[in-house]
Amino acid sequence: MITIKNLDFSYKNAAVFKNISLDFKEGNVYGLLGENGVGKTTLLKLICGLQQANAGSCTVDEFIPSERNPYFLQNIFYLPEEVITDDTTPELFVKKLGVFYPRYDQQYFRDLMQELEVDAAKKFSTLSYGQKKKALLACALSLRTDYLLLDEPTNGLDIPSKALFRKVILQHSVSTNHANQHLSSSCQNNTGDTQDAWSDNPTIIISTHQVKDVENLIDPIVILDHDEVLLNATFEEISSKLYFDYGTEKSDDALYSEMMPGGYINVLPNKFEMESKVNVEALFNAVRNNKKRIKEIFNN
Amino acid sequence: MEFKAHQPIYLQIYLHICEMILNGKYKIGDKIMSVREMAIEVGVNPNTVMRSYELLQSKDIIINKRGIGFNVSENAKEIILEEQKKQFIEEELPEIIKKLKMFGISIEEIERQLKGEN
Repeated sequence: MITIKNLDFSYKNAAVFKNISLDFKEGNVYGLLGENGVGKTTLLKLICGLQQANAGSCTVDEFIPSERNPYFLQNIFYLPEEVITDDTTPELFVKKLGVFYPRYDQQYFRDLMQELEVDAAKKFSTLSYGQKKKALLACALSLRTDYLLLDEPTNGLDIPSKALFRKVILQHSVSTNHANQHLSSSCQNNTGDTQDAWSDNPTIIISTHQVKDVENLIDPIVILDHDEVLLNATFEEISSKLYFDYGTEKSDDALYSEMMPGGYINVLPNKFEMESKVNVEALFNAVRNNKKRIKEIFNN
Repeated sequence: MEFKAHQPIYLQIYLHICEMILNGKYKIGDKIMSVREMAIEVGVNPNTVMRSYELLQSKDIIINKRGIGFNVSENAKEIILEEQKKQFIEEELPEIIKKLKMFGISIEEIERQLKGEN
């Protein structure tokens, strides 16, 4: 569990976060959304200990990331959007990295490279941007840390690679073997609280503005804005609070409307408890345009 | 699995499994895919698949055997058919009746069509 409480952070005089609080629960694949420059990368850096809060706290399980305890560091991996690699191959790169991560799995790395269709023995300098990105993803996953932070991981991937990305992340996110029992017991009491069921799975945070690439992959969704958290909700919560109407008309009550092929999508407060399919892009715009309203809707 | 644009994904997965039971891909007592396997198979977050399975379970279409997995219940087919029939009568039939009236199609003609079909 990652807990951020009343956290302030600024770069010199530029405030990034003012008094933000949010939790990331174990075993979920979080989508971290926000416009450019709202601090998605900064938040990831705070979580893995590369930055330190000015005030308030950030804790990961019992650790304070900025203290950089080795037991903490061996269990979390942050993959930045751009990585500067030496003149080396993915194979050698992950071998060096793996020394610091006790659960590093070389066979898993090889399997991932094969699945992602990248040659592990080729130098990074000879790989295309997308191939390098995929190779680094394979490195990151094969370390098998409990926490994995991915910054814009789908940027620069071609269409087939994006599908492969979703597949390996899904496989990775459900990869523990003994969690099925948790699953059955949580289904039996039928509380609808699925969070506990996945506590043995890794916690993955994917920051992105390429919403379409990860739409069905992520749950819950966190939307950041300049110095505040606009939303931190599961799909189930979102679809119970908001109604996504796909119709031929623009609705006057809509928090957000957009023309799309075949009509309009309207995002409305879900007054009649109707079920609809969450459209993350429309959600994002609805949240962005109605910051106060959304907070009221979700806090009730 | 190709998802429709407007229906919640968890409902689409629910209906997909119902369909597999109806067309005999899953028979009474069969163990169905685990939530994990299904998540990978259809490419969606396991939380979503979990909701589908909870719905299937709450309608007694699948039963949970502790630590073993989910199996198709004895009455699964009847339950699904009953539900889909109810939905057809309430939602689709009125639309069809409206069209039959609009085009002036008689009961006799429908009967002829039915005989021709089978």
